[in-house]
Amino acid sequence: MSLAIPERGWFKAPAGAEKLWIGLALLWCLVMSVMMPFWHFRGKQNSRGEAYAVQPAAFQARVEQFAAANKVGELAGVPIVEPAPGGDAYLLARMWSWYPVLKLRQGETYRLHLSALDLQHGFSLQPLNMNFQVLPGYDHVLTLTPTSKGEFTIVCNEFCGIGHDKMFGKILVE
Amino acid sequence: MSLDASLPLPPVGGTPTSLAAPGAQARRCETTGLSVCLAAQQFIKLNAVSAVVFLLLGGIAAILLALTRWQAVHLLPVDWFYRILTFHGLNMLIFWILFFEVAVLYFACTVPLKSRLFSRKIAWASFAMMLSGAVMVDYIILRGQADVLMTSYLPLLAHPLFYLGIILVAVGTLTGVFNFFATLYIAKRDRTYEGSVPLVTFGATAAAIIAVVTLLHGAIVMIPTFTYSMGWTGQPDPMWYRMIWWGLGHQSQQVNVCAMVAIWYLIAHLATGAKPVNETVCRGAFVLYILFINLASAHHLLVDPGVGSAWKIWNTSYAMYLAVLASMIHGFTVPASVEMAMREKGYVKGLFGWVMSAPWRNPAFAGFVLSLVIFGFIGGITGVTLGTQQINIIAHNTLRITGHFHATVVGGTSLAFMAVTYYVIPLIFRRDFIWRSAARMQPWLFGIGILLVSLGMSFAGSLGAPRRDYDIDSSGAFGPAAHLFLGVMGVGAILAVIGLFLFVLLCVGTILFGPKTDGRAMADWGTAKALANAQPEAIAEDHWAMKGTIALTFVFLASFAVYYFANWKALADVWPVR
Repeated sequence: MSLAIPERGWFKAPAGAEKLWIGLALLWCLVMSVMMPFWHFRGKQNSRGEAYAVQPAAFQARVEQFAAANKVGELAGVPIVEPAPGGDAYLLARMWSWYPVLKLRQGETYRLHLSALDLQHGFSLQPLNMNFQVLPGYDHVLTLTPTSKGEFTIVCNEFCGIGHDKMFGKILVE
Repeated sequence: MSLDASLPLPPVGGTPTSLAAPGAQARRCETTGLSVCLAAQQFIKLNAVSAVVFLLLGGIAAILLALTRWQAVHLLPVDWFYRILTFHGLNMLIFWILFFEVAVLYFACTVPLKSRLFSRKIAWASFAMMLSGAVMVDYIILRGQADVLMTSYLPLLAHPLFYLGIILVAVGTLTGVFNFFATLYIAKRDRTYEGSVPLVTFGATAAAIIAVVTLLHGAIVMIPTFTYSMGWTGQPDPMWYRMIWWGLGHQSQQVNVCAMVAIWYLIAHLATGAKPVNETVCRGAFVLYILFINLASAHHLLVDPGVGSAWKIWNTSYAMYLAVLASMIHGFTVPASVEMAMREKGYVKGLFGWVMSAPWRNPAFAGFVLSLVIFGFIGGITGVTLGTQQINIIAHNTLRITGHFHATVVGGTSLAFMAVTYYVIPLIFRRDFIWRSAARMQPWLFGIGILLVSLGMSFAGSLGAPRRDYDIDSSGAFGPAAHLFLGVMGVGAILAVIGLFLFVLLCVGTILFGPKTDGRAMADWGTAKALANAQPEAIAEDHWAMKGTIALTFVFLASFAVYYFANWKALADVWPVR
């Protein structure tokens, strides 16, 4: 019984069905362990955590410069910015908006720089449901290839104060 | 097993360590025949009662939150939503669970080892620190000066009392854990028992070891955050904070798992007479938890900047998933021990005859089985899958995460703690439960409720609905299906909270008004009785006799594989990213 001192000689190797189960469970654990490195090399969706130290003010200046140089329109007062295919795109998270609106082309690859001005924020691209963490002081770089067209909403999914649930952004893909 | 006269004499002038020695401050339990240390009994009572009070507070918060996220109801205003969310997390995940775990530790180091508790003074110090810390935290949250949620991610900043309260709770718990280890030491030194410690004590020891590591992480992260909030030092790096905070936040869940599994073994024994099929296997699995769980903070950083793929992959798999292996082993050995006990009693019909004849009217047994099933099938499978490095891209910070841990911590740990309370109150408070028919329903109400909460959250999260979010409507990104699942969560929460309130009512009512058991055994909840035609010897030696468990674990493995690979498929459908 589990409340009593075990009898002497309790140290025994597993046998029978118990042994089989331990073997199967270990095998399954190994399959799951191998899946991640496999996907890292062969899969297309990975989170490498590529990041560079950046002061929030310096990042904001880069975003402003990027927006001014590549602005192609406006959506509800926010500039729509179209980066060059294969080039760098910037997205700034702050309480409580994503800036600017990005216009991307299907099938092209972009280096998307994410950082925050104030608190931690969550980049959640809907309805695709792709999620990445955004931190102040970290320039988080995603090498991203949009493969579907349409209007996508960025929802903030890291709590960032009272206006958190009203913090949205847009990515347009043509 | 039994004590004999060869035990060493008590130290001169002190209380003897062994509860069997003359002059020991102990009583003999009329139900089990075990000796109960009176000091341990007192602090088991104090800690368990405090735990239930915090459970009640957290439960009130839970229903307010669920009725807010259920968009059709949307009860709370926005500021109170995040305030109550902070309150809910801390009261449930930290206070209810830690107080209960200290009670479990005090039991596990005294009664099964026939030892007295090391020190009343230390137990008082631990209790005072934990209680004052918890009250401090709750006060400052309700004052509206700590709307930072449980994780208090920097640069969010709360009132210094918030951090000080958490530090006090952590130090108080560490003090209680010290009392546990000191008791193990004097029990061994004064030879209150011979041989190896019982399995329940072994599991509790694993929990205590992990708790030390966990609480040290808490100190490392909370002390500089406290000094920063006082304006004495600079702001710690937010990424550093996340990594160390989750060394506290995730590892503490492994403390819960160890305590829960120890309770599974305990209830399995009390209700069906189960004993481990192989002690080595059960103990080895606990050792795997100790050795391989310390890397779990990575689960929360899988889509973070600043930590690379190799670090994420190695640490998320707990080094080749050896801690998952441990849970899968317990997932076999626990039901196997019940099945073997039932078959030895003569319930040998077919694959599942033993299931049909199990003591389902015993609320402790029903709660234990529901805890095992919800933890394993829902909590375990979703946890490992969501914690897979790349799959986390389609799960991070969505309601899928909340759906996962409501299955592990609530459906698993909390339900197991509730289940064991059906023995703790009669055996430690020595009162039989009032309103026994309601008690028999309580685990089902709570278990089914929390299952719906977990599934509702998980499906809403699969559709992208964020966790910790006041209102999903304003984005326009979520359709009727997400709303439907939030409604399922709301209905489940109502059931679960009714179950929770019923539990608190039963406990408080019993402690105040339950019939006293002085001088007699507790009223039996229902235990499996041996049949006349039982052939225990033939079954005990058969290593393949647990056929029902074999079938169930194969169903489990198949479900696991299907869910796991379905998630890889879902991941393959989103935009390429690296």
